[in-house]
Amino acid sequence: MAATSSDAPVQETGLSRPELASRANDRAAMRRRLMLLAPAVLIITICGLAPLSIVLAYSWMQPAEYAGVIPQFSPDAWINLAFERDLFSDELLPNFAYYSIYARSIMMAGMTTLLALAVGFPTSYFIATRAPHRRNLWLFLITIPFWTNLLIRTFAIMLILRDEGVLNVILLKLGIIDTPLQLLFTNWAVSYGLAYAYLPLMVMPLYASMEKLDFRLVEAGYDLYASRFQVLRRVIIPLVKPGIVAGSILCFIPAIGDYVITSQLGGGKRMMLGTLIAMQFGPARNWPQGSAIALGLMIIVLIALFIYAKKVVARSNMR
Amino acid sequence: MVAGATAIEARNVVKTFGSGSEAFNALDNVSVTIRQNEFFTLLGPSGCGKTTLLRMIAGFELPTSGEIMLDGQPVAHLPPFKRQVNTVFQSYALFPHLTVAQNIAFGLEMLRRSKSEIDAQVDKMLKLVQMEPMRNRRVNQISGGQQQRVALARALAPHPKVLLLDEPLSALDLKLRKGMQIELKRLQMETGITFIFVTHDQEEALTMSDRVAVMSKGKILQIGTPTEIYERPSDRFVADFIGETNFTQAEVLERQGDEGRLRLCSGVEIVQQINSLAGIGDKVTLAIRPERIELAPHDDACQFSGTVQNVVYFGTDTTYHLNIQGGGHMTVRLQNRWGHQSVLQAGDEVGLRVPPEAMQVLKD
Ligand SMILES: Nc1ncnc2c1ncn2[C@@H]1O[C@H](COP(=O)(O)OP(=O)(O)O)[C@@H](O)[C@H]1O
Ligand SMILES: [Mg+2]
Repeated sequence: MAATSSDAPVQETGLSRPELASRANDRAAMRRRLMLLAPAVLIITICGLAPLSIVLAYSWMQPAEYAGVIPQFSPDAWINLAFERDLFSDELLPNFAYYSIYARSIMMAGMTTLLALAVGFPTSYFIATRAPHRRNLWLFLITIPFWTNLLIRTFAIMLILRDEGVLNVILLKLGIIDTPLQLLFTNWAVSYGLAYAYLPLMVMPLYASMEKLDFRLVEAGYDLYASRFQVLRRVIIPLVKPGIVAGSILCFIPAIGDYVITSQLGGGKRMMLGTLIAMQFGPARNWPQGSAIALGLMIIVLIALFIYAKKVVARSNMR
Repeated sequence: MVAGATAIEARNVVKTFGSGSEAFNALDNVSVTIRQNEFFTLLGPSGCGKTTLLRMIAGFELPTSGEIMLDGQPVAHLPPFKRQVNTVFQSYALFPHLTVAQNIAFGLEMLRRSKSEIDAQVDKMLKLVQMEPMRNRRVNQISGGQQQRVALARALAPHPKVLLLDEPLSALDLKLRKGMQIELKRLQMETGITFIFVTHDQEEALTMSDRVAVMSKGKILQIGTPTEIYERPSDRFVADFIGETNFTQAEVLERQGDEGRLRLCSGVEIVQQINSLAGIGDKVTLAIRPERIELAPHDDACQFSGTVQNVVYFGTDTTYHLNIQGGGHMTVRLQNRWGHQSVLQAGDEVGLRVPPEAMQVLKD
C-alpha cells in the first residue's frame, strides 16, 4: 500500500510529476515563510495573549481585600459594567455613574478626533502638495512629538495652559483679558493634549491617501464649475475618505482609553475610562472590575474595527 | 451664430517656466484668433506648448505676459470655474468615486441647475455618446474608448462656449480613433460649440479641422485651412511636419515683382512665385510633395532627371526613391489606380515632371 500511495495522487488529480514537484516546492516555501513569522508569533503570545488571558481570567473572579483576586468565579465585574446592585434590596439598577463615564470618554475621544482631523487634514494636504523630496522632511517634523517623552510633553502643555502659563500671560499682556482664563483642567485642555499626542496617527494615513490623490481630478472639478469649497467637498474628501476613516480610528481608539494625558490635563476631576481602570487597580483595589472594563472597551473597539473593515473591503471590491 | 465672430483670442502670450538660468519659454509670443463655431486644431510635436496654451485658456495657468480674451473680454482675473470653457483632459480625469451618469451630471450640479433639467441633459448626453446602457457603471468598469466618450459627454453637458480637447484620441487604437474622429466632427457641428483640438497627429488635424495652427518650440508657425497648410506651407518645419515633402535647393537669377527666375540643381531654369525675402543670387528651398510629381521618359518638359534607387509597394500606391542628377534624393508616390504595373526598376533612368503650382518656395 505504501508503495502505491505515492502514485495515487497522480492518478486522482491528473497532475504530472513536475506539477507535483512544484507543489511540494510551494509547500516548502510556505513553511519557510511561516518560520519567518515565528518570532512575531512568540512575542505576541508572551506579551499579548498571555497577559490578556490573565486579565480575562481575573475579570471573572472575586476581588481580594487588599488588591489581587480570590480565585473564585464571579460575574459581578461584568454585570457591574451596566448595572449596580442595590445595597439593600440586592436588585439590579442601571449603573449611571459608569454610563456618564462612558459618555464622557466617547465625547472626549470624539472631540479629540475632530480636532486632530481639523488640524491634520490641511497639514496632510500641505505635505502632499510639496515637492516629492521635501515631503519626508515635513513628515519627520510632524512626528517629532512622538520622539519626546509623554510625561515631558504633557508637562510642557501644562506650562502653556496654567493660570500663570504662557498663553494667559500673553493674553493678559495684550489686554485681551483682565483675569487669567481657566484653561488647564478643562475638557478643552484634555482634547488639546490628546489631539497633539495623536496628531501623527491622523496625519500618516491621511497623507498616504492624499499622496495618491490625482490632482488632475481637482482640476477637472474646477473646470466643471466647482468652487474651491465644492471641490473639497465633492472631489477631494470622497477620494481621501479611506485615509480620513483610518486616521480617525487610529486617533479615537487610543484617545478613548488614555490615562496619562487625561489625568494630568483634566486634573482627575472628571473620571474617564482610562482613569477609571487605573483606579480599580489602585485605590479601589478591585482588579476584576478593572479587568472587565478594560476588556469591555477592547471588545467594543474590535467589533467596530471589524464592521469597518468589512465595509471597506466590500466597497473596494465593488470598485 | 454670428459668422466669424471671435470666440477666443490670444495676444502676444508668453509663458515662462522656471526662473534665472533655468527660465524657459513654453510659449513664445503666441497670437491667435479662434472664431465661434470653429473646429480649430493646435498641431505640433510633443513638448511644443499645446497643453500649456490650452491650460491658459481653461484658466489653470496665467500668461507670464500677454492676454487671453474670451468673447472679447480679458479673462486673467477669472478662475477656471468661472469660465464657460470645458476641457476633455488628455488622461480623461473622470471621477473614480462617481458613476458614468454622476460624472456627466457633475458640472450641471455645480451650476445649480434644477434636478429635472440635469436628468434630461444627462439622458441627452448619454444618448449622444451612445453610453446609455452604461449609465450606472463606475468609470473604472468601462473600456478606454468608453471612458473617452464619457469624458466628452461630461465636458459637453454644461454646454460651454468653448470645448478644449487635449489629445483625446491618442490613447485609443487606430480603428476606434478613426470612428471617434468622425464622431467628434459630427458632435461639433450638431452642438455648434467652438472646439479647440490638440493633437500631434497631422493626419487627424487635416481630416477634422476647419483651421489648423502648426506649432513648434512655443511658437505658432502657420495658421490656415488644412489645404492651405498642406499645399502652401510657409516654412520648412511645416512642410516637413505635415505629410512627406521633398526639399531641393535653387538659386535666384532674376526677380520681377513677386516672380523670380530660378535655376534648379538640375540646371533647368523655371519662373516661380518667390517670397520677398530672397534677392538675386540667394539660395532658396523648394518643397515638392511626392504625389505631385510625374515620372516620364526624360525630355525637355522635365525639371529633374534621376535614377531609380528602389521601389516600395504600399497597396494603394507605390513609392519610388530616386537619386537626382545634380544632387539630392526625391521620393515620388504614384497611385496604383490601374493596378501595380511596375514598369520601373532600380537602376532605370527617368525624368521628373512637376507642375509649377506644386513647387512651393519656402522662407528658410
Ligand atoms: N509646470 C511646468 N513646469 C515646467 N515646465 C513645464 C511645465 N508644464 C510644461 N512645461 C514644459 O513646457 C513645454 C511645453 O509643454 P506642453 O505644453 O505640455 O507641451 P505639449 O502639450 O505640446 O506636448 C515642455 O517642454 C514642458 O516640459
Ligand atoms: Mg500635451
